[in-house]
Amino acid sequence: MKIPAPRGRVSATLLDLLQNRGGAGHANAYGSLNLLVDEALAGTPDLLRDEDLQLALFCLYELHYSGLDGVEDAAEWDPELIRVRARMEAAFEDVLRAVVPVPALPAPESEAVAESLFRLAADDKSPGASRFVAGKASVEQLQEFLILRSVYQLKEADPHSWAIPRLPVGRAKAALVEIQADEYGGGRVERMHSKLFGTTMEGLGLDSGYGYYIDLVPALTLASSNAMSLFGLNRRLRGAIAGHLAAFEMTSSIPNSFYARGFRRHGFSDEVTYYFDEHVEADAVHEQIAARDLAGGLAEAEPDLLADIIFGAATVLAIDAMLAEDQLTAWQAGETALLTPLANDGGGTAGAALAATAMAGGVTP
Amino acid sequence: MPDPATEVEAAGLQAWETREGSAPASIVACPNGPLLVRGDFEIVTPDGVPVPRDRETVALCRCGGSAIKPYCDGTHKLMKFDTTRRRPVPEPARRAAEEAAG
Ligand code: FES
Repeated sequence: MKIPAPRGRVSATLLDLLQNRGGAGHANAYGSLNLLVDEALAGTPDLLRDEDLQLALFCLYELHYSGLDGVEDAAEWDPELIRVRARMEAAFEDVLRAVVPVPALPAPESEAVAESLFRLAADDKSPGASRFVAGKASVEQLQEFLILRSVYQLKEADPHSWAIPRLPVGRAKAALVEIQADEYGGGRVERMHSKLFGTTMEGLGLDSGYGYYIDLVPALTLASSNAMSLFGLNRRLRGAIAGHLAAFEMTSSIPNSFYARGFRRHGFSDEVTYYFDEHVEADAVHEQIAARDLAGGLAEAEPDLLADIIFGAATVLAIDAMLAEDQLTAWQAGETALLTPLANDGGGTAGAALAATAMAGGVTP
Repeated sequence: MPDPATEVEAAGLQAWETREGSAPASIVACPNGPLLVRGDFEIVTPDGVPVPRDRETVALCRCGGSAIKPYCDGTHKLMKFDTTRRRPVPEPARRAAEEAAG
């Protein structure tokens, strides 16, 4: 991924350090980074929406995914950086545990866990962005919607794959691999979900390069991705990542049918909406497997993980509700949901892409 | 113990043919939800034309509400589809069915 623009002293110091590892004075740089992180963590009024800290954590996690342009691959296991990450992770996990409402725990049995998760998802009364996207969003808002989601969707399934070697041999692992195989296209590149999302972005004249729009994406969206990495990269939180995937799948098929409707309303072709159409069908399968076999199967195999399984699931709903609130507030006020609006040139790429797809769909723009 | 590899060869099969795809179909009846079908099966129209299928494991709608039938699209959740509700069965019919089932 390209190096993002810093958003404060912590991310500036971190990005500087990453690009000059081993250079003169870098030992001091670690020292000042540690101090800055402590200071920032102590002073932040809202860690989930802290631009500087969430970006810094996102960059540290990114070292485990696609890496950062110009930063040595070895930085991934730099003990000093792992120490900084662990500090931020501890604070982040504390906040999540404090703000995420967790329901009463079911019995550690597959069907009871599945039922409790389905109920949790069904009881979720947050407005969600899907109805707005279906009925009201303008093309510019659809572009913003895609940009926000691209942070995760262009690496779709990766954070949950960390859990594969961390689950015991048995029902839960088999279920996770079955779901992930489908996410990665069942052996067909053109059906990989991350690839399909790229096609949708391109259909709206957007760049589908991973991290291309990172500088436009607000902290809370980064926090949503960071939560997955936190759960996925820490073995002790394997219950949370399993629950996270289950809730993710359970809150997907119906909203995706609304998203598809929003894009069709503007005349976008089936190729553009295919990502959403595919998710309606795929996630209706995945949610059953994830609830009963992955989450439920794991609770049966390791009952001590039950509380984290439910916590991981509840985290999805809580963060999604906050994201939707922020986005809807901005959109309803006629403002951008991004940090700065996408530089739309009207007749340029986006406009041309829209005109072309609308024409193909037989719609007069 | 017979070597499975030799057995496979004797049956004139390649090793891969005895794995993926040859497991018999199994159906999970998901409470309040679809039928989850795995293994070796085909979905066809009454004329025998294969219904497009994009994945190994599918969820077949049994609530009747899906917009992408025969597949499930999650609508059963909005319909509060309840698989525990049963049509009352008259006593003699129930007894006959039980006897038939052994
Ligand atoms: S069973 Fe899921 S939509 Fe009918």
